[in-house]
Amino acid sequence: MTNNATNIEPQILELLARRIPPDVNVSADTQIVGGLGLDSVAILDFIMDIEDRFDISIPLDRIAEVQTLGELTRAIEALQRTTN
Amino acid sequence: MTALFAKFAALRAGIEALQTSGRNPFDVRFEKILSATEALLEGRPCLLFGTNNYLGLTFDESCVEASVKAVHEAGTGTTGSRIANGTYGEHTLLERRMAEFYGKRSAMVFTTGYQANLGLISTLAGREDQLLIDADSHASIYDACKLSAAEVIRFRHNDAEDLRNRLRRLEGRPGNRVIVVEGIYSMLGDSAPLREIAAVKRELGATLIVDEAHSLGIRGKHGRGVCEDVGVESDVDFVVGTFSKSLGAIGGFAVSDLPDFDLLRIACRPYMFTASLPPAIVGSVTAALARISTDASLGARVRSNSGRLYSGLAQAGFAVGPEPNPIVALKMPDKESAVHFWNRIIDQGVYANLALPPATPGSLSLIRCSISAAHTEAQIDRAVSIMAAVGRELRVL
Repeated sequence: MTNNATNIEPQILELLARRIPPDVNVSADTQIVGGLGLDSVAILDFIMDIEDRFDISIPLDRIAEVQTLGELTRAIEALQRTTN
Repeated sequence: MTALFAKFAALRAGIEALQTSGRNPFDVRFEKILSATEALLEGRPCLLFGTNNYLGLTFDESCVEASVKAVHEAGTGTTGSRIANGTYGEHTLLERRMAEFYGKRSAMVFTTGYQANLGLISTLAGREDQLLIDADSHASIYDACKLSAAEVIRFRHNDAEDLRNRLRRLEGRPGNRVIVVEGIYSMLGDSAPLREIAAVKRELGATLIVDEAHSLGIRGKHGRGVCEDVGVESDVDFVVGTFSKSLGAIGGFAVSDLPDFDLLRIACRPYMFTASLPPAIVGSVTAALARISTDASLGARVRSNSGRLYSGLAQAGFAVGPEPNPIVALKMPDKESAVHFWNRIIDQGVYANLALPPATPGSLSLIRCSISAAHTEAQIDRAVSIMAAVGRELRVL
């Protein structure tokens, strides 16, 4: 995991903690659909939180390709590189 | 369950769970429609507060007569699409009337409102372009995004500043930006802040599409919707809407001043590859449009009725949507309460809509009521009284 990813992951977890019950355990391998207990709209709203935190745009088709929190971290890294 | 249908197991479980509390909300069957506001349900008369018959025109004499006349004169169906099988004079007339009503250069009619959004949005926004849609958009807008090759970005519901931020992030990128919003949103009945959204559009440069499905005939001095009501018609590049609500039939439309608009007729697949609207529908819709163009009392009545229902339910103690519009949503404490409430009001003779997550904004469990110009004050008061009594019985008030 890169330094940047190390920095991104806690922020994802912090944003996620606002939306999921405290007893849900998450890791880089957690499936975003099905593993977080969020419905489809709540997941999209969580992604908007991510976009605002990192000042990036994550298009809907890109979200569809991301299955786990680890993949989300890598997608954010990639989008930050493209944007900056 | 076969392997092919295994992916729907959760849907089946959800329906079965709903039915343990009573009816299947996706399979309500009216034995007879008695009027724009009443039907027979389970053998008993029932007040209809769950249609989108906002102006009550489904039984309007002039609309019914125009529909019957059109069937006799032009037959039951067109049997094909307009690009392959030809346009009827009545299609062209309706498009001219729609353009005149909106004061726009051009209009296109579609076979459903769903297809109007699907077709217009997916065709306008191509590869390299970006679609910016309100997070609470209707399914037809989301499906249009799936069909489009454009990049799709959601912005926070009714938040013009958030839209500005997301447009700003795209600065320097190639492509056209296309913003899609609705005049009134179908679940909570709240209006879009169109003045603020139009200002962002002007400042940062974009195309603006407004879906007036729930506001045609209801808002604005001439019934042209929220765009007219708040004075932003000249900022809006395309207005989309439906004939299935205020105009009491089925079909959709898009209007615009852009000179190349008619090119969409040979580029827009949901327009090109489906049968065109049948004469009976075109006839009744044309008559309904004439009614709302000449009778401002319909819009005044639906607004007055909306206020009566909204204030009655708010005064009873319900948590309602943010403003009185023809959609009045009651926020229930949870899904179970909503299901019980919905079943009990039907038992008492009031039909409204049960709306549950994920089809609702903010994962809310809602009873969605809709109002009609055809409702009498006595019907509204009776519905409020029944809902308040059920609310007290179930301790949701």
